[in-house]
Amino acid sequence: MKSVVLKYDGSFPGFLTCVFNAYEQKLEITEIIPEGEDQKQLFSETLEVITEDFKVQRVLKSLKKKLSSNGVKRLYYSFLSEIPGIELKMYDMIRYVYSSQEKAELDYSHPSVLDISKAAKQVGREKHRMEAFIRFRLTKDDLYFAVIEPDFNVLPVITKHFKSRYADQRWLIYDLKRKLGVHYDLQKAEYVSMELPEDIGISGGNPDYFAEGEIYFQHLWKEYFDSTNIKSRVNMRLHIQHVPKRYWKYLSEKSPFA
Amino acid sequence: MDFDRIKEKLNILADAAKYDVSCSSSGSKRTNTKKGLGDSSGMGICHSYTQDGRCVSLLKILLTNHCIFDCAYCVTRKSNDIKRAAFKVQEVVDLTISFYRRNYIEGLFLSSGIFKSPDHTMERLIRVAKKLREEENFNGYIHLKSIPGASDELMREAGLYADRLSVNIEIPTKSGLKLLAPEKKHEDFMKPMEKVKNEIIQYKSESKLIKSTPKYAPAGQSTQMIVGATGESDRDIMYSSAFFYKNYNMKRVYYSGYVPISNDPRLPALGTQVPMMRENRLYQTDWLMRFYGYDVRELLNNDFQHLEMDIDPKLSYALRNRHLFPVDINKVDRQLLLRVPGIGLKSVNKILQARKFRKLNWEHLQKIGISMNRAKYFITCDAREKELKDVSSENLKQLIIQNSFSKYRKEFNQQLSLF
Repeated sequence: MKSVVLKYDGSFPGFLTCVFNAYEQKLEITEIIPEGEDQKQLFSETLEVITEDFKVQRVLKSLKKKLSSNGVKRLYYSFLSEIPGIELKMYDMIRYVYSSQEKAELDYSHPSVLDISKAAKQVGREKHRMEAFIRFRLTKDDLYFAVIEPDFNVLPVITKHFKSRYADQRWLIYDLKRKLGVHYDLQKAEYVSMELPEDIGISGGNPDYFAEGEIYFQHLWKEYFDSTNIKSRVNMRLHIQHVPKRYWKYLSEKSPFA
Repeated sequence: MDFDRIKEKLNILADAAKYDVSCSSSGSKRTNTKKGLGDSSGMGICHSYTQDGRCVSLLKILLTNHCIFDCAYCVTRKSNDIKRAAFKVQEVVDLTISFYRRNYIEGLFLSSGIFKSPDHTMERLIRVAKKLREEENFNGYIHLKSIPGASDELMREAGLYADRLSVNIEIPTKSGLKLLAPEKKHEDFMKPMEKVKNEIIQYKSESKLIKSTPKYAPAGQSTQMIVGATGESDRDIMYSSAFFYKNYNMKRVYYSGYVPISNDPRLPALGTQVPMMRENRLYQTDWLMRFYGYDVRELLNNDFQHLEMDIDPKLSYALRNRHLFPVDINKVDRQLLLRVPGIGLKSVNKILQARKFRKLNWEHLQKIGISMNRAKYFITCDAREKELKDVSSENLKQLIIQNSFSKYRKEFNQQLSLF
């Protein structure tokens, strides 16, 4: 067995191609890293992996045989966590799943199964939080617009939610951290990449960009938020646990009109 | 839209509605199929949390805080000298839609003070819901408060537009209700509940035969009780709850620690602390009944009328039933596994899955995420035994409290501090 570091394009299909190549060439993998990142292993040989669709499909098909749909989802979610080194853990879990007869994805006493399920859970939580904390602002050209900066790459997994909820309005959700957005034009949702004006802001922003009344609605929402609070029951510790501070700048009720 | 006027109304009518604790927005099946606005087919989402830690998922407002009744526990009571306001039907519709489109909320929770008559008020609430559904093609969540004393016909109509209906029973005992709301009759609360229950049953049987039967309150009904206003016991409260769950197919019962709002001699004085810990223990008990398979009589009974404040009800039960423990984590059946303090529903499922692969030891259990500081005294597993066999329940309780880092630990620490 050759001991190697795999370098891939950073996409999920790219990772699946790594899995294919590893099995095909009987490689002993010490690292799987996306392009642009440095390897930690000094003396391992590096192999570039080129994403190939037929390999992706083969691996997906076999994964679907060995895993429940939830198990496949967990793998995908943990991939989106972008946690350094997660690829190797995923690969480790895949090997364990392939090597065992039983439904090994449920073996929480196996370290990589547990790690993957934890990473997937974190991503799931962030997905849920984005579905909750996204605040659309209506622009002058009738577009409901939101910017986000999630810890994990959740854009691919929140699109469906917003599509089924806001089927009759045009919207755009833009991930500032990854410089990638999803735009829905009443028919389909598509990825877009664009330059945003600096002063569009996260909460508030230059009112020139927004439709009449938009700022008022943010005020009304803030007003509502404050009126529903029961002062004799204030529990800030719990509040911050629910609404972590790093999200505050997106929330018009927390950081209004900065 | 006159924003300043709306803002003032919103202040008054959201403030008055905040004592309603229901915030659930899940459990409905209203898929957005016709490219309309909104979708309630999944879980509900808490879009924000108030500083007191409660979920904000619905625009929760009163249609008006004018009221012909004078219930002692209610801010909106007739004799209270407060600013009054009323929304127009269209104003509520516009607010709901504008907030929903910006992803602030899951939908609307609409309640009201009773003006003119129960039917008059109920009819107005229904008009809001009907407009949202029929004119705005809105598929978000709508929770309507049923007005006690509203007619059967209106209750029927309300359920056609709302996802959930609720009548707040408010006071868990009849005698308490008589004391604090002498104008209201127990039957006024029960009658609409009965109607809703029967309509839901009828819908379920009809929709099996005819697919197009219009949906009726698909998320069911709920109710709320005020805790700590009339000196009732925890046993009284939870027996009322069990009664509602059993006889009215209630989806949820909410418990609301009484927030003193007036100097009425029948009620706890202003400045009395809100019984938050007690409220929390009641919710825990409620969960044990609904998800952990406990009978209410196991948790509270004539010999044990009040929940313990310093430990959770599951631990309390285990300490009162030491003969059931310790259980072998690798063998015990699900039902008893659920009763081990420190092991929650999700951990139970993980344990049941994982133990098919190998015998579990302490380390496995720790990683799965169970609270070892409580669980270890009630289980054995594939390792040297750790549990203390001969310790009395009282001593064990103290030991667990000493070793836990609960935020309430200070309050309940039995040892006196020196300074």
